[in-house]
Amino acid sequence: MNVIVEREKKLLELEKTITDLRSAAATQPSLSTAIEALQDEYKKIQRDVFGSMTPWQKVNMSRHPERPTSSDYIARLETFDQLHGDRHFRDDPAVTGGLAKLGERSVMVIAQQRGRDTKENLKLNFGMVTPEGYRKVKRLIDLASRLGIPVVTFVDTKGADPGIGSEERAQSEAIAQCLYSLTVARVPIVATVVGEGGSGGALALAIADHVMMLEHSTYSVASPEGCAAILWGDAAKAEEAASHLKLTSQDLLGFGIIDEIIPEPLGGAHRDAPALIATTLQKIEEALARLSALSAEDLVEERYRKYRRIGAWQVERQTAVAISG
Amino acid sequence: MAMPEWLRRRRNKHETTEDAAQWTKCPKCGEVLYRKDLAANLSVCPKCHYHFRMHAFDRVSMIIDSDFNEIGNEVVPGDPLKWTDTKSYPDKLAAAREKSQLTEGVVCGFGTIAGHAVALAVMDFNFRGGTMGTVVGERIAMLLEEARKRKVPCIIFTASGGARMEEGMLALMQMAKVTAAVSRFMGDGNFFLTVLTDPTTGGVSASFAFQGDIIIGEARAMIGFAGRRVIEQTIRQKLPDNFQTAEFLLEKGHIDMVVERSHMKETLARLLDYTAKKAPVAV
Ligand SMILES: [Zn+2]
Repeated sequence: MNVIVEREKKLLELEKTITDLRSAAATQPSLSTAIEALQDEYKKIQRDVFGSMTPWQKVNMSRHPERPTSSDYIARLETFDQLHGDRHFRDDPAVTGGLAKLGERSVMVIAQQRGRDTKENLKLNFGMVTPEGYRKVKRLIDLASRLGIPVVTFVDTKGADPGIGSEERAQSEAIAQCLYSLTVARVPIVATVVGEGGSGGALALAIADHVMMLEHSTYSVASPEGCAAILWGDAAKAEEAASHLKLTSQDLLGFGIIDEIIPEPLGGAHRDAPALIATTLQKIEEALARLSALSAEDLVEERYRKYRRIGAWQVERQTAVAISG
Repeated sequence: MAMPEWLRRRRNKHETTEDAAQWTKCPKCGEVLYRKDLAANLSVCPKCHYHFRMHAFDRVSMIIDSDFNEIGNEVVPGDPLKWTDTKSYPDKLAAAREKSQLTEGVVCGFGTIAGHAVALAVMDFNFRGGTMGTVVGERIAMLLEEARKRKVPCIIFTASGGARMEEGMLALMQMAKVTAAVSRFMGDGNFFLTVLTDPTTGGVSASFAFQGDIIIGEARAMIGFAGRRVIEQTIRQKLPDNFQTAEFLLEKGHIDMVVERSHMKETLARLLDYTAKKAPVAV
């Protein structure tokens, strides 16, 4: 059960009532005061529900079935030619990649794909990428780097696929090699977390010069369910885990892990998807325009410094004194 | 070259009489073993060859010729998330320190192996399950940067349950930090070798563990991305015993070799020897 979908129900009912009254108002002008009152109530509830969301509510928002998925963003590019497969085993549909035009600019788009319903989700493995998918990602990053084409990624996954086949085909190695390629790519990389950024499976698309998150997206070291299972042996304590993990866009901007937050309409990205997608693509273009001014060497150097800094540690006086031997 | 006090103590430890009286049980075959004998046998059960999880200090002592110049020991964790569940994160860290006699989950430094200068990092499962937080990432990145300056090979012994939850995304980002340091180090033509010991999973497995030029699995070590329990819950069936073992990974083509602990040092020495006199290759 998605807590956001539950909370939306009341609003959707009100919305329907207002629409019905509006069409009736054409013949009964006296209804207009009632409509205004309902609209005020609607706005009040909307503010109450979405004005300040808890981390767990944001997790649910990031998984909202109507939330725009990567394919919605890709559909708004000028052109897109999909490039399939890892050249070894198969084409993983949970991650899409290809050459595209974003405005005037050629880009390599790499995007994790979550399904909207059960049928789509079964096909897309619930957005969990397998080693073949990550090998496709690495192939496209390397290709873009060699040809001098900037990389644009859309992140949306609960995490990398944890199945038997994925272990047999070296999931760890596949992710590790994506990370490696991202650190050496000689082109600008812009990553946007549009839904759920789950663990290393998300990071494999997200070591970037400019990392953005949609306001109500989440990005986490482990899914709240996974974290609760690891720490307390109980996946049902996911809400509690979410409250600890600091997985919201605001938290992560504070830690310097992301660079920019893309505001969402009140009620979430799906309330006005076309406007939100246009804003997102515009922000990606702006970031690319800025990064394109840097040389390949400077890009790689700046990226190195950025990740080299991240963390929280202190320096302690040494307890054991070194003795020359 | 300096020898840290702990290494000196460790080397003499098993000759003292108080330790000689202690015994332990092999978790695999149940054989009762004297700790002294077990230590003399590199913490490998003489009966069934079970490889006990090794303390990082013992591992360094086993691998390095004599002196070890430790670096990064002064870098210790903060509490960025102000995490508290049943205990606060600082309390958990204090308990881990007490239990493991380590300041964090990895020991890094420089020494020689059969005369070859190396940078060595050894992770320890005793410190919060070998989880990678900021300090593990920071110390390994420091080691790689220094090794790059000195142009010496780097060997990392991994042992990890994955990223450390209590540092949240800052822990996940250490995968990026270490990878960046690895790619710089390797890009200069330096030799990077990883030895995957029991257990190596999650964020460590999915980053530097599988970025080695040569990847060794210690005999019978459990190595994988997802934990065994997670996979069993997902597929709702029991996995075969050998699933995710070093031997299984060798058969699947994921690692270069499986090495028994008793042959580890001589194997590393040979690999360092093969690669030693080659001129750096520009990438
Ligand atoms: Zn035994």
